[in-house]
Amino acid sequence: MMMNNTLKNLSNITAGTIVEGKWHKNRYVIVKELGYGANGIVYLAQYLNQYVALKLSHNGMSITSEVNVLKSFAKVQGSTLGPSLVDVDDWIRPSGKVSFYAMEYIKGPDFLTFIQQKGSVWIEVLVLQLLSDLHLLHINGWTFGDLKPENLIVTGPPSKIRCIDVGGTTIQGRAIKEFTEFYDRGYWGLGSRKADPAYDLFAVAMIMINTAYPKRFEKTSGGLNQLQMMIRQKSELQKFEQVIIHALKGKYQSAMEMRKALIDGNYAPAQPNTSKASKVQPQKQRSKPAVQQQRSQVQNQTGQSRQIIVKKKKKRHALETTLIVTTLSFLYFLYIYGQL
Amino acid sequence: MKTGTLKQILLITDGCSNQGEDPIAVSALAKEQGITVNVIGVMEQDVIDDQGLREIENIALSGGGVSQVVYAQQLSQTVQMVTRKAMTQTLQGVVNKELQQILGGSQTVEDLPPDKRGEVMEVVDELGEKVELEVLILVDTSASMKHKLPTVKEAILDLSLSLNARSGDNHFSVFVFPGKKNDVEKLLDWTPRLESLTSIFSKLTTGGITPTGPALREALSSFKKKRSLRSLISRDDEQYFEESV
Repeated sequence: MMMNNTLKNLSNITAGTIVEGKWHKNRYVIVKELGYGANGIVYLAQYLNQYVALKLSHNGMSITSEVNVLKSFAKVQGSTLGPSLVDVDDWIRPSGKVSFYAMEYIKGPDFLTFIQQKGSVWIEVLVLQLLSDLHLLHINGWTFGDLKPENLIVTGPPSKIRCIDVGGTTIQGRAIKEFTEFYDRGYWGLGSRKADPAYDLFAVAMIMINTAYPKRFEKTSGGLNQLQMMIRQKSELQKFEQVIIHALKGKYQSAMEMRKALIDGNYAPAQPNTSKASKVQPQKQRSKPAVQQQRSQVQNQTGQSRQIIVKKKKKRHALETTLIVTTLSFLYFLYIYGQL
Repeated sequence: MKTGTLKQILLITDGCSNQGEDPIAVSALAKEQGITVNVIGVMEQDVIDDQGLREIENIALSGGGVSQVVYAQQLSQTVQMVTRKAMTQTLQGVVNKELQQILGGSQTVEDLPPDKRGEVMEVVDELGEKVELEVLILVDTSASMKHKLPTVKEAILDLSLSLNARSGDNHFSVFVFPGKKNDVEKLLDWTPRLESLTSIFSKLTTGGITPTGPALREALSSFKKKRSLRSLISRDDEQYFEESV
C-alpha cells in the first residue's frame, strides 16, 4: 500500500500531542502510532486514564461512514466482533481540519501471529468464534466485507477473536465497499462482489488457507483448481479441506451452517436428514429461517429494481416505436395525398 | 434527489504526454462539462519522474477527480478504489449543493456536527449504489506500457466486476492511445459488459508517442455523441446533470 500525501501529514504526530475535539471538547493525549489503512491512520491515545484507539483522517466522510457502521454494530445484540465507539469529533489544526473518532482499544497479537505463537490447534477455535460473530452480523443484514488476518486481533485470556477495521462492512445486497484481493471471491473468479453471507464465508476459508501460507501466494490460473491444489499441498489443511472447498464454492447458506460442519466434522453443508449432532440442531433451526427470510427479502429487492429498469427501458422503446410509426404513416399520408 | 448519470474518464498512463495540446487544459474542459477525470500512474521498479508525476496530479486536479501512482501489481485494487472515491466525491458535491439550497450560505456536510453527518452519509452511500455510471477508460499504449498491458486488462475486467455488483446501471467504453492510424483509437463502444475486451486486448500493438491531450479530447466527444444520439428520440437530456462539484 502506498501512503498518499494527505496521510503523510497525519503520520508524524508526536507522542504527547493533545488532540482536542471541536464539538465535544474531549482531550486525547497521543501515545503512539498503531497502524494505517487506506482511509486514515490509527493512534493509541490516553483519555481520562484509559487507553483508546484514535482514527484520524482528512476525509471526513470516510470517518462518518465508519462511525455509522460502528453505531449499527452496537445495535447487534451480543456481538463483540467490532470495537465499541467512544466519540466522534473534528480536530482543528493550523494546517486544516482533521476528522476523527475514538474507539475501544483492542490489544493483542493479530490472527496469524497468534497462531504462530500458540500453535495450529487454535485455528479451529478462533474460526468457530469468528463464525458465531459473523452469524450475528449476517442476521442483522450486514456483510463484513474486508475480512483478513491483519484486521483480526486475539485478545485475552480467555482468548477471543475481535476485529479492528470495519471500513468494508456493507449492507447485504449492495456492492462490497472495501476488500483485499487475496480474500475476495471476485478476484479468484469464484463469485460476484455483491454483499451476502457467503462472501464473508469465502474470506474465512481463505484465512484458513492463509494460516498454512503466511506469506499468501500469487494467483496463477486462479479459480477453484489453484486453491484446491494449494490446500492439498499442506498436510495441516487436509482435515479442513472439505469445509474450505464448500465455503469457497459458496455452498454454505449461513455462518452457522459452516460452523456446524466444522464441529461435526462431516464437512458437507447440512442436509436435514444426514446431520448427526442433535445438540447443535435446534440452534441451527432457530437461526436459519431468519437468514432465509433476509435472503429472500434481498432477492426481492434486487428483483424489483431490475423490473423497474426493464420497465423504464420498455417505455423508452415504446416511445421510439410510436414516434417512428407516426412519422412514417404521416409521410405515407402526405405521399397518398400528393398522389391524389 | 436527482443525480442523473455520473460520468468519468479513467486515464491509465505511465508518464508524460509528448504530443498535441495540454492534457491539463482538456481535463479542465471535461470538468466544466460535468465529466470527472481520474488518473492512475503505473510505475515499475523505477520511480516515475517528477514531471510525469506532476502531470498526473494536475490532470486529476483540474478534472475534479482522483489520482494515484501505483506499481503495476496493485493496479486492480487501485482502479476500483479510485473510481469509487471519485463517485463518492461527486455525489458529495451534489448533496452539498442540495444542503446549501436548504440551509443557505456555504454550508457543506463537513460543517454539520458529527452526529448529523451520519444521516447524510447514508444518503451518499445509497446514491452510490443506485446511480447510473458511465466510465470511459483511456489506456496509454505507448511503447513503455507494452508489458504492463496484461495487468491493465485484468484491472479493467476487475473494475467491471466491482461496479456490476451495484444495483445501478453501468456503461463502459475503452479507448487506447496512440491508435494505429490516429492519435486515439476506440477499442470498445459503450457497453454494460466488458468481457469482450479479453480478445481485443491481446491483439493490441504499442506505439511510440504519447498524445494524452488529444486522446482526452476525443474521449470527451465520445460522451457528447452518446448524449446527442439518445436525446434525439427520448428526452433524456434532463437525466444528465451538468455541474458536478
